[in-house]
Amino acid sequence: MKNMDLSYYPGCTLKTKAKNFEDSAIASMAVLGVNLVELPRWNCCGTVYSLAEDDLIHHVAAVRTLVRVKERGNGRVATLCSFCYNTLKRADLLMRNDPEKRNTLNSFMDEEIDYNGEVEVLHLLQVLRDDLGWEAISRKVKTPLTDLKVAPYYGCTLLRPQEAAIDVVERPTVLQELLQLLGAKVIDFPFSTECCGSFQIINRPDFITERSQAILGLAQRQGAEAMVLSCPLCSFNLGRAQNELIQRDSSFQSMPIIYFTQLLALSLGIDPEICGFDLNFGEPRSLLESKGLIT
Amino acid sequence: MNRIGVFICHCSLSPLPPAASKQVVGNIGSHPSVVYAAIHQEMCLDPGLEQITRVVEQHHLDAVVLTTCSPSVHAGTFRQSMSSAGLVDHQVEIVDLKAKGTRNTTGDIETSAEGLIDLINASVDRLRRNDFSRTTESPVIKRALVIGGGVAGLQSALDIAEGGYEVVVVEKTPSIGGHMLQYSEVFPTLDCPQCIMTPKMVEVSQHPAITLLTYAEVQQVRGVPGNFEVDILQKARKVDHHKCTGCGTCWQKCPEKVSSEFDVGVTTRTAIYIPFPQAVPSKPVIDTEHCRYTRYLQFLEEKGEGKKPPQCRICEKLCPTEAIDWDQQPEILTEKFGAIVLATGFELMPLEQVPEYSEDPDVINGIQFERILAPGGPTSGVVFRPSDGKTPREVAFISCVGSRDPERGVPYCSRVCCMYLAKQAMLYKHAVPDGEAYVFYIDTRSTGKGYEEFIQRAIEEGVMYLRGKVSRVFRDGEKLIIWGVDTLSGHRVEVACDLVVLGMAIVPTPGIKDLAEKLGILTDEAGFITESHPKLRPVETLVPGIYVAGTAQGPKDIPDSVAQASGAAAKVLTLFSKNKILVEEPAVG
Repeated sequence: MKNMDLSYYPGCTLKTKAKNFEDSAIASMAVLGVNLVELPRWNCCGTVYSLAEDDLIHHVAAVRTLVRVKERGNGRVATLCSFCYNTLKRADLLMRNDPEKRNTLNSFMDEEIDYNGEVEVLHLLQVLRDDLGWEAISRKVKTPLTDLKVAPYYGCTLLRPQEAAIDVVERPTVLQELLQLLGAKVIDFPFSTECCGSFQIINRPDFITERSQAILGLAQRQGAEAMVLSCPLCSFNLGRAQNELIQRDSSFQSMPIIYFTQLLALSLGIDPEICGFDLNFGEPRSLLESKGLIT
Repeated sequence: MNRIGVFICHCSLSPLPPAASKQVVGNIGSHPSVVYAAIHQEMCLDPGLEQITRVVEQHHLDAVVLTTCSPSVHAGTFRQSMSSAGLVDHQVEIVDLKAKGTRNTTGDIETSAEGLIDLINASVDRLRRNDFSRTTESPVIKRALVIGGGVAGLQSALDIAEGGYEVVVVEKTPSIGGHMLQYSEVFPTLDCPQCIMTPKMVEVSQHPAITLLTYAEVQQVRGVPGNFEVDILQKARKVDHHKCTGCGTCWQKCPEKVSSEFDVGVTTRTAIYIPFPQAVPSKPVIDTEHCRYTRYLQFLEEKGEGKKPPQCRICEKLCPTEAIDWDQQPEILTEKFGAIVLATGFELMPLEQVPEYSEDPDVINGIQFERILAPGGPTSGVVFRPSDGKTPREVAFISCVGSRDPERGVPYCSRVCCMYLAKQAMLYKHAVPDGEAYVFYIDTRSTGKGYEEFIQRAIEEGVMYLRGKVSRVFRDGEKLIIWGVDTLSGHRVEVACDLVVLGMAIVPTPGIKDLAEKLGILTDEAGFITESHPKLRPVETLVPGIYVAGTAQGPKDIPDSVAQASGAAAKVLTLFSKNKILVEEPAVG
């Protein structure tokens, strides 16, 4: 059967620090029957959805990307980075629900066609759960992640605000369900929806270290061997912080931070080289080797 | 009828502006059948009523339309007054001035002339065609049905029976007693509920005028006020209660263990069981969903695959009076009643509705903690936490869980949580004097007699009150971590506890909507029974002869439930003091 095409918006980090996220996602989706087709023109999503009432200029980047999707005649676009998902999704909601701001933005972007909320913004986890379905995915699993104890970590941008949430806000299960069907042992992790500190990394790095210590510490106490997530910023924050924590206190155990698509790729039998584990924080290689998942 | 009078009431609180009143009078006055139309001042007062009566006589009116405040309050007064002027039921129409009203900018209800004119015209047309009375006199069957055997139902039953009339109490569980018996001690006096409730239960079971139907449900209701015919489903107990002596051998020996409803899962019961030691009747029923032998029979019937369940039948072998009756079938009893009291009680909102407070064995609801505290409970009152049976050193109590939360729970206040959480915290401190009790609250609502003093006593006894809501409860190893806020100091609070007790919202019993439909009465948005008038007719429902008592009508504490139950009984006795009542149309069925 021919693979289905799905428009794909990478975002900046996926081309640099999180290249492993992108590569493992594209390879996995191809195996699962979906071609992630990168938009031929795209720009930064804007990173942070601005909440200021009069700060419409910050939404232009996101809306422009949605226009690019619409121009291609596509009704849906998939994202990988949770932050991009959040920014695009909320820009879409703004354009759907606020006619006044929609008009202002559309008139401002006079070189583009108007955007009125024609595109469905999806996170890849939604595509896996809702389009493909768990059963279809489980049939393709070749190497179950047996014995791998993982903590699913959502952070905030997949779930908040409620209108943009891809799952139940207080108790999401999508990552847990996916990891379980890949054969991993998912630990009960109460901090799976705690914020890592996000962009506060710029002006309050100590705050991020503090948050990360709490999040990683609880995951370790609950018996997790790795943290699984979908956000390059969470990955960076947790990873950078744990390096700092180890420097401060040599007894602090490091924990591999892994993108869910990397584990998906491994379990689908895709060459681990594609997963680019060298880019990960917390050195996942030795853990995965010890479980016999890579050599 | 073609000599109709239309009276528009006016007072300073009328929703109809004076100019609109005049417009209505002008419009209606031109109707060919209307011979009199005018604005009258304060029709509900004696001078007003006298004036209407005079007009009826002067103008030889043969029918009237009275446009007044809510008929649910005033209809009686007006009908009585009109009958003295010679106009009976089918000659009197009452139009609610507010029926077509809308809220204006200041929040008051305002009625437009156009809307009212339509209503009055409709009433006038009805009167023109009303040639004969549609009301009939119906004999009152002086026998009452009480649905629900909790404290409210039993109080109503006893009051009616003491008034000299027969009462049937229908209770869906195997024993009467209701929630009250589950409690450890009751606020603000710290009485033992068993001590004050069991005598009432025995009195009910021994009263010559009261018939108890436990393990039974109301299935269908037909008839008119004063004369209801009710089908009652007696579920199959599989135990012949005439033969059974209640010796207890069967439930001591039954090998099948099931989570106990009475102890809310804190302990187990057997498949043949009485729900709790003081049960009335003290004779068991077999829970056919869990009994090994009935599961075996079911297996044979369905020709299921795999291993057969064991045949068991230990209870049958051990019963000294051969009371086990596997062939017993559910029965429908059809009985007649003149009045019905609905006292179906409440439930707590399920814990699953607050995922942020964790699915943990040590996060429990208020009734579960009552069982843990109860001197007659699983550990005779030695406090423990469910996960490992250890004594909790720190306990957090969270109020308003689900209540006062229109976004995610229910908008109303459940009224008793502030009090019972204070009581539980206090009792916990009595049981574990060196333990810490934290109560997270929005504000404490302690409006009953002796209630505020009770809260102050809890604080004086060392219960820590923290004003603020809790955002999360989660497990970190041995402890449950509570993230909250103390809005008085403005600080975030993190407390590590061993046990968390949630003051869950009180919600109506499931199935009440169904029952209300069968009875032809209404439930409100939350699902509680709607009373006839929220202030002046609080125990009557919209169907005459059907009354409501206790938490079926809304959250309330024990004294209020009992007071309302006695009120409902008084209404039943008032009805039974008459031999006949006027019935307009078949109300039910």
